[in-house]
Amino acid sequence: MSDAPLGFQYTDLRQQHDTVQLGMWTFLATEVLFFGGLILAYCVYRGANPSGFAEAARHTRIVIGTTNTAVLLTSSFLVAWAVEAARAGEGKVAGILLWIAVLFGLAFLALKGIEYRLEYDEQLLPGVAFATSSPNAKAVYLFFSFYVVATGLHAVHVAVGIAVLAVIGRQAYRRHYSERYHGPITVAGLYWHFVDVVWIFLFALIYLPGRAS
Amino acid sequence: MKRRLPAPELLLCWLALLALLGLTVLGAYQPLGALNTPLALAIAVTKALLVAAVFMELRRGSALTIAFAGAGFFWLGILLWLALADFVTRPNVPKMWLINQPH
Repeated sequence: MSDAPLGFQYTDLRQQHDTVQLGMWTFLATEVLFFGGLILAYCVYRGANPSGFAEAARHTRIVIGTTNTAVLLTSSFLVAWAVEAARAGEGKVAGILLWIAVLFGLAFLALKGIEYRLEYDEQLLPGVAFATSSPNAKAVYLFFSFYVVATGLHAVHVAVGIAVLAVIGRQAYRRHYSERYHGPITVAGLYWHFVDVVWIFLFALIYLPGRAS
Repeated sequence: MKRRLPAPELLLCWLALLALLGLTVLGAYQPLGALNTPLALAIAVTKALLVAAVFMELRRGSALTIAFAGAGFFWLGILLWLALADFVTRPNVPKMWLINQPH
């Protein structure tokens, strides 16, 4: 087990741990408002064009979207398990769990890429390839603009999360963390779970509307 | 002995999240009319609360941590409330916003 690095500005590891947690929650609050602004724009335009948004949402790939949701939920479970293992002093177990979570994250991005490719073929990507004969063309265009921006920004967050989990996983595997020192792994976990929460809402707003009609 | 298996609450939370995912997809295909969207959002909020409480450990968090975690959502609530209070209550949406219809 390695030594527990204590920052000079902290009196003890407990204080350092609590400070790191609050720092991450503060960052996540800014992220809530970052994605919140996008979701507000979505609500306003969907309210103004309900039928056009329902029609556009039917063009999304529900099977890929649902699979990807399950993939992210499972990766979150693995990360929560890894945090628990690291706290119990099981560094190797934690490292392996984080790497499996990384594989799930990569699977998510791969499926998202396939989805973009299918939408490219169907000419549903505004700014890249977009053509439709629908009478709701402008609303469909708006919906897919939101789709590209929101899922694109989310994918960037997933990519960052994958990099963070990979590094933290390596450190955990090398027994960098212990019962006493595990701040970084819990903070990385918080970030990953937040990315999961964002996707839970994007899934409900993008893939589910208009399915019953 | 050190624990290698996940705590039961983590496992239960994961299974509950997958069940809720199945439920929300199933619900989306039921002809509930105006209730489809509230149902989808209610399930999304439930899933988010489960992730926050169990995976993000807010259920064991100090009051200070919960206040920090809630702050972002509090301000998001103000953003959505004030903005949507405007857009939802306008009796007539100006024609230029109705991008579907020719005018």
